[in-house]
Amino acid sequence: MPNRAYEPGVKLYSQLGYYEPGYRPADTDVLCCFRVTPQPGVPPEEAAAAVAAESSTGTWTVVWSDLLTDLERYRARCYRLEEVPGQENQYFAYVAYPLDLFEEGSLPNLTSSIVGNVFGFKAVRAFRLEEMRIPPVYAKTFQGPPHGIQVERDKLNKYGRPLLGCTIKPKLGLSAKNYGRMVYEALAGGLDFTKDDENINSQPFMRWRDRFLFVMEAVKKAEAETGEAKGHYLNVTAPTMEEIYERAEFARELGARIIMVDFLTVGFAAHASLSRWCRKNGVLLHLHRAMHAVIDRQKNHGIHWRVLAKWARLVGGDHVHNGTVVGKLEADRLSTIGVNDLLRENFIPANLTRGIFFDQDWASLPGMFPVASGGIHVWHMADLVTIFGDDAVLQFGGGTLGHPWGNRAGATANRVALEVMVQARNEGRNIIAESRQILEAATRWSPELRAAMDTWREVRFEFEAVDTLDTARAGD
Amino acid sequence: MTIRTETFSYLPPFTEEEVRKQVEYILRNQWIPVIEYVNRPGPDVHYWRLWKLPLFTARNPEEVMAELAACRDANPDCYIRLVGYDPSSQLPRLSLVVYRPTGRG
Repeated sequence: MPNRAYEPGVKLYSQLGYYEPGYRPADTDVLCCFRVTPQPGVPPEEAAAAVAAESSTGTWTVVWSDLLTDLERYRARCYRLEEVPGQENQYFAYVAYPLDLFEEGSLPNLTSSIVGNVFGFKAVRAFRLEEMRIPPVYAKTFQGPPHGIQVERDKLNKYGRPLLGCTIKPKLGLSAKNYGRMVYEALAGGLDFTKDDENINSQPFMRWRDRFLFVMEAVKKAEAETGEAKGHYLNVTAPTMEEIYERAEFARELGARIIMVDFLTVGFAAHASLSRWCRKNGVLLHLHRAMHAVIDRQKNHGIHWRVLAKWARLVGGDHVHNGTVVGKLEADRLSTIGVNDLLRENFIPANLTRGIFFDQDWASLPGMFPVASGGIHVWHMADLVTIFGDDAVLQFGGGTLGHPWGNRAGATANRVALEVMVQARNEGRNIIAESRQILEAATRWSPELRAAMDTWREVRFEFEAVDTLDTARAGD
Repeated sequence: MTIRTETFSYLPPFTEEEVRKQVEYILRNQWIPVIEYVNRPGPDVHYWRLWKLPLFTARNPEEVMAELAACRDANPDCYIRLVGYDPSSQLPRLSLVVYRPTGRG
């Protein structure tokens, strides 16, 4: 390369090599698809190039030290730009980042680079990271889930069905002893897991140590009664990393099989530390996702949940919440199925009808259980088994605790409904079409299920999703 | 106390016909039927004793049903489970207790 003269001044990003439609991404590149809404008068090519520049080597003006290195090697490039079908003035910009831009195994570094300054960039009105292809060579620098689906099933000896959980309610205000009672009843009634709510940490009405002690007594008693392994997601989310470790270690000493953390609110580095601790100590890790909807719900700005879910798998958890499709919380059906695939499978081919823009090869990073939670009850069972398959945790909070006879009966109703649905599915029956008959038949010997069906007969949550897919794309 | 280990443990005991349908499900998916038995199951008892080797070559549900009956005759005081094992994922894809000793839950 001939030496170039330093020419100070401001140039268009697209003239500095950040927009390169002919570029063929390398197998080792991190690929991103952004949804860009440029400001009026800003050409989409310039907005897309600005994104590539500002999230890699560029800044607003040329600087002399640009000439001290080979920016060709480090520059991100927008290599493809297309209109978003059905949306005015929105573009999908595909950007390739050379692997050298990122520190090995560091989600904070990856995110500071890619979802940093550019989201506040004045030339774009709104900006969303839709998808990210994590190349296998980079995925291999992360630990991933501490155990994964296979090891978790082996540890718990639970095969051939989705697992059942329940978040203990009221979420705030119970004493530790009353809380343990709720855990015991739900687990003894037939659930596999109970869960701390995300905002249960260590409040004046129930300090964490008291909760851990009463809950673990409840778990052990339920195991002794049923002969089944049980777990309660003890929430170790805490003000500092030192306190997170202190709580996790106490949970392990009490024989807890699983703990939980709120992975977005504790921060990516704290999550990574705890994920490593969990693998080292043989404790399963459940990830709650408070704050995700702040980031992922609006179509034109933020980060799509599928990207956050991929990051969760990269850094590692054994469970993570995903949408339910049928419950009270927002989730588009095909998009939710796409995320289930991204969490569980080893290789996921691009599939735009499910919102997956790139092939994703996880290179044997373990898979995670997606968790369906929020406003679901026994009438949803056929849908949930069909949408989620076996490798999922179905969490019925109100749908267990709100049973007219209490949560032991509520738990039994859910377990019975699940097992009759799995039995019918295995026998080759169409459980969606026959859902009612299958459940009704079981009520002949399960009064708990009868009461649950009568209680929740009419409850539905039929609102249109805000974050829908724009999939009918030209050129694919 | 009723032992609630494995899938379908909250349903009434399966009839022979219901067990056969689960065997057919295992064979239809080309998983390997495995029969295991134990006297004292528990939440951390991962290994039950194998009845013979996994039934690698079974293609017909009746072969599996006959082995289940033979295992039960030889071990009347044990819990017997039927497993559908999938070598590609190294995981059982189904596991159910098909026989419980008389007088025990």
